Amino acid sequence: MTPSGTVTVLFFAAAREAIGTAELSLPVSGPVILTEIQQQVLQRAIGLQPLQHRLLWAVNNQYALPATMIQPGDTVACFPPVSGG
Amino acid sequence: MIQLTDQPLDYTAITESVRDPAAGAVVLFLGTVRDFTAGEQTQQLEYEAYQQMAESSLKQLADEASTHFPIVKAAIVHRLGVLQPGDVAVAIAVSTPHRAQAFAAGQWLIDTLKQRVPIWKREHYTDGRVLWQHPAAATDAAAGQSGGT
Repeated sequence: MTPSGTVTVLFFAAAREAIGTAELSLPVSGPVILTEIQQQVLQRAIGLQPLQHRLLWAVNNQYALPATMIQPGDTVACFPPVSGG
Repeated sequence: MIQLTDQPLDYTAITESVRDPAAGAVVLFLGTVRDFTAGEQTQQLEYEAYQQMAESSLKQLADEASTHFPIVKAAIVHRLGVLQPGDVAVAIAVSTPHRAQAFAAGQWLIDTLKQRVPIWKREHYTDGRVLWQHPAAATDAAAGQSGGT
């Protein structure tokens, strides 16, 4: 495990459009919980704030809870409720 | 057969892929783009996915379905990109020993796919409006009605 590095955050659908980018790279000094990443993302991407209570979060392709541990190098995804089918 | 594709769905091949001598029933569900929803005319639907997670999520769905139903084989294929009314957006085929299980498994697979798999659609209306569809808005289930399945 790398002691420090970056966490990649991917955005999809209306979340991507709200912040105008598909990807952010956040520096982290070690393992963090998802809540910390969420706070950083919402501070940097104020366009997301109107959507924030409906956003879903995933870590390494699995839905994640606020307390999910994230390691440097992990990929987080942030998106609105899904609407396939 | 579990996949995402930007090509028209070959639902005959998808159905064939689940046929098996151990099965007494095969059910095929097609989700197709509807022209009118609540009086609004859909010109086209645009589907987008978080490809990597959607693929693993479809596989998990098929695995989980096998724990609930005696599935012999299952296939799930979802189309991405721009679709017109009448086009097939999703095909789910499932085979089981008896018919009631096949209907139930097919229903469970499409219902759960719509709740879980990271795919989104953006609806283009004939009057020029373009709106993302977010059916899971708990406070307003009606807002989730769209020209999709």
